Amino acid sequence: MSQYRVSGRGRVDTSRAVTFTFDGKSYRGVQGDTVASALLANGVHLMGRSFKYHRPRGAIAAGSEEPNALIGTRRGAGRFEPNTRATVQEIWDGLETSSQNKFPSLKFDVGAVNDAAYMLFSAGFYYKTFMWPRSFWDKVYEPFIRAAAGLGVSPTEEDPDHYASRNLHCDVLIVGAGPTGLAAARAAAVEGLRVVLVDENAEAGGTLLSEPQARIDGKPAWDWLAAELEALKALGVKVMTRTTAIAYYHQNLIGLVEKLTDHLPKLPADTPRERLWRVRAKQVVLAQGALEKPLVFHGNDRPGVMLAGSAQTFLNRYGVLVGKRPVILTSHDAAWYAAFDLQDAGAQVQAIVDTRADVDALLLNEARARGIAVKLSHTATATSGRLRVSSLRINPVAGGTVGSGQEIRCDAVLMSGGWTPSLHLFSHTKGSLTWDDDRTTFLPNNTPEDCVIAGASRGLWGIEAALADGAEKGRAVVEALGKTGAQVAYAVEADRPGTGVSHKELPTDLSAGKAKAFVDFQNDVTAKDLRLAVREGMRSIEHVKRYTTNGMATDQGKMSNINGLNIASDALGKKQPQVGLTTFRPPYTPTSFGAFAGYHRGEHFEVTRKTDIDSWAEAKNAVFEPVGQWRRARYFPKPGEDMDAAVRRECAATRASVGIFDASTLGKIEVVGPDAVEFMNRMYTNPWTKLAPGRCRYGLLLGDDGYIRDDGVIGRMSEDRFHVTTTTGGAARVLNMMEDYLQTEWPDLNVWLTSTTEQWSTVALNGPDAAKLLAPFVEGVELTEETFPHMSCVECTVAGMPARLFRVSFTGEIGFEVNVPAHLGRKLWETLWDAGQQYGITAYGTETMHVLRAEKGYIIVGQDTDGTVTPYDCGMGWAVGKKKPDFVGMRGLARPDLQAKNRKQLVGLLTEDGSKLEEGAQIVFDPKQAIPMTMVGHVTSSYDIGTTDQPIALALVAGGHEKMGETVYIPMPDRTIAAKITSTVFVDPDNTRLKI
Amino acid sequence: MLLIHCPYCNETLPEVEFAYASEAHIARPAKPSDVSDEDWAEFLFMRSNVKGPLYERWRHIHGCGRFFNAVRDTVTDKFLTTYKAGDPRPDLSSLTEGLK
Repeated sequence: MSQYRVSGRGRVDTSRAVTFTFDGKSYRGVQGDTVASALLANGVHLMGRSFKYHRPRGAIAAGSEEPNALIGTRRGAGRFEPNTRATVQEIWDGLETSSQNKFPSLKFDVGAVNDAAYMLFSAGFYYKTFMWPRSFWDKVYEPFIRAAAGLGVSPTEEDPDHYASRNLHCDVLIVGAGPTGLAAARAAAVEGLRVVLVDENAEAGGTLLSEPQARIDGKPAWDWLAAELEALKALGVKVMTRTTAIAYYHQNLIGLVEKLTDHLPKLPADTPRERLWRVRAKQVVLAQGALEKPLVFHGNDRPGVMLAGSAQTFLNRYGVLVGKRPVILTSHDAAWYAAFDLQDAGAQVQAIVDTRADVDALLLNEARARGIAVKLSHTATATSGRLRVSSLRINPVAGGTVGSGQEIRCDAVLMSGGWTPSLHLFSHTKGSLTWDDDRTTFLPNNTPEDCVIAGASRGLWGIEAALADGAEKGRAVVEALGKTGAQVAYAVEADRPGTGVSHKELPTDLSAGKAKAFVDFQNDVTAKDLRLAVREGMRSIEHVKRYTTNGMATDQGKMSNINGLNIASDALGKKQPQVGLTTFRPPYTPTSFGAFAGYHRGEHFEVTRKTDIDSWAEAKNAVFEPVGQWRRARYFPKPGEDMDAAVRRECAATRASVGIFDASTLGKIEVVGPDAVEFMNRMYTNPWTKLAPGRCRYGLLLGDDGYIRDDGVIGRMSEDRFHVTTTTGGAARVLNMMEDYLQTEWPDLNVWLTSTTEQWSTVALNGPDAAKLLAPFVEGVELTEETFPHMSCVECTVAGMPARLFRVSFTGEIGFEVNVPAHLGRKLWETLWDAGQQYGITAYGTETMHVLRAEKGYIIVGQDTDGTVTPYDCGMGWAVGKKKPDFVGMRGLARPDLQAKNRKQLVGLLTEDGSKLEEGAQIVFDPKQAIPMTMVGHVTSSYDIGTTDQPIALALVAGGHEKMGETVYIPMPDRTIAAKITSTVFVDPDNTRLKI
Repeated sequence: MLLIHCPYCNETLPEVEFAYASEAHIARPAKPSDVSDEDWAEFLFMRSNVKGPLYERWRHIHGCGRFFNAVRDTVTDKFLTTYKAGDPRPDLSSLTEGLK
């Protein structure tokens, strides 16, 4: 057995050895150990280096609040996690662990020079040190900060594990399975309520696991615990261990993270590593207990200095003595019991040093009976030992004066500064707190949630008080749910409630500037830093926190908040509640990104919407691009072609013969009803009354502010039915806007709106041969200029499929859009593709679509407009029904600002040197003006791969419509480009190519 | 995550089914062209931004699709009540009486 393992103690299975490594060295622990308990059993206290000063550090606690003992854990390729608390990670055969913040080794670290230079690293050192000279920033300061910043090392490989999430509904959720939670669970469960009891530890029991001496209802604590857990399970209580309540959200929604595999030597197939539970509970009982406070004195961070309660836990739960010659340093009764337990387990306690003058006679007698030296009214002023504490310096305090020091040789210092109720989840509820002077801590007050807080979380110490309060609060919850609860009493023997006093930093005879008395161990914040922050003007605890980083580490100040507050309020000369407590925010303990992401990773991160024709494009090696959630074919490269070459070919072929394009993603909304035309008149700028059934029109949708929101071709299928198309990305937004006006402004209109985007597949044919190709397949209408002119629509049959046929053009060529039921899309596409071979049909993607439309000056909403562009700015005043009494945006358009002459207006640009402009480039009128220049607009679209003989661009230019033919300038990093303002139409301005 | 009662479905459902739709009881003028620039700007842009109970609109977008009104406390985030679009605005004093 290991050197510090105590036979017959603890809940670990000493018959089952477990081998793991720490920094490459192999260690033996036993089944049930954490990394920390196993290392301590081997006499290893040094587990890491601190963040700022690289000081040697060991475990100070035994649970999830541990600030120092952060390790990396590895399980083969890809499975590495930094910043795991050694006090939480259970060991298994083959586990690899490593320490952090060390170079080159944990025992000899060159970064520890920071410790010697600690004057440089005082509070606010980032703000002060890296100010000047300016030239040092890029080359010296930033690389230094980047190299030093961060805890641990991020994993670089993809996480091979998977993560799950589930919902859970229950009557009562109880957080914390200590005596309080167990009693509350029983009270609720016996009344037939659905109860969930969660605990972050590997096993339920809380304090009971560390206090086997207690007897409950005549049974030893552990026997009682085992029987009680069986009884609760029999009552239907869902007991979840290794499950942390990380956050408390509105209306009793609690996030739980359940760790499923990190403790297992072999990964079971198909089991997620962690599972995030979203629990909606009718009532919540918070029974998170309390956290022990360190004492603040010079050298309190040396490995071997730890919390007395944690030493007790290591002994009673894990069977490990943290030291054979410990000294106890305390201001609270609790640590006396730790002394007794360790002494009884074979340690030689060197002394109990208590800051108080008066201590319960029973404790004094117990100490005397064990032959332990007692030093009352003493302070601690220093520790020594390089990588592990070897002595504690104590001094008597009389009348506020610190006497001369005395060294006590020891191999561990077990300290206790009393207890802080765990109020984290309670604070997440926006619960209010009250300051309790007796306990020198905040206690919970009111919460807006259906939640009670019980036991040590509200300042009640001891197992008996916890059980009684748990039972009482459990009954309150039962009654809140409309049932009558029974009164239950528990008889507890050998309980250890205790009292104590609270301190700021302990009195010392050292000069104040010399003391390195740590408050926040993880962020290396000392009492001196906090006092300095107050001297330098920080008044609010929130400012002190940010200036010193006290409580900002991954432990969120679980140990440091109250000590920090006591010191800051002393420095400010104010009471603690006037200085205030910083806000606790979720998550309670560090949580993996995987748990939050759950199933939403890789392809499941977001929905990918695909059209029926998408599979054809994929088979043809199309290059895709995302458009909203849609995946759209961008271009169809032939072997050896890059994007420019492919698009140039697609553009040319479409203008020369015929191109085929998948337009299925266009948003489609069916507007139906007796008042459909009136609704359309009010929503869109255009007049619709005179649009005959069988005709379509380009529609513009504005907001009530007068700016363009969306556009699309709208067909009137019959008197009371419109087929509205929207932009691909705008469909949901437009439908929401239509519903808003219909439901809330014009509920009298008799109209129904239906999203039909996914009901139709839409195949667009464009080009001089489009009509010739399509005509043989169409039944019900002849595709001539007379029978089916441009901007017509009809329900007919195409290739035997029911269809809505539109004659529209987004290219400037003869164009048709054939809508067929969505599942027939690919069939129609292939039919037309095969028949089109005789015309050299070419499939084109969104890039060609963009180029061809730009050559005709057709806008893309969101590219050529930006939410501040009116129809007039775009030169589309023709689309505005000026005689209508009202439409959405009409009043907005009449605002003086929107009528102003010098607004940015959409124009074409042709560069003088024939170069292509960059989209987004800024435009100026006078290139010789001083910098900063007056910018008068920007390039919105620009292409050099279309069918024009020189590159074209669209741009918004102030007063552009009045500046045709004038030259503007586009300053670029290397040169200034001159461009002439032109019409936005670069191809076929008279629309002759639209005619069949 | 809040629970929201849809007055049309008459069910209390998770917030993710709903979408916020800005302040309630801001009626679009019946004849916008008769409205002065100042009043139109008031209608378009100005919102009360209260600390406390606020009348606001929500849409049960992943449910029945209906817009409805609500009174929600912007301090606690809690819904005090929800009611159908077109119903008169409830009296705030009666809603806040029962609160702690």
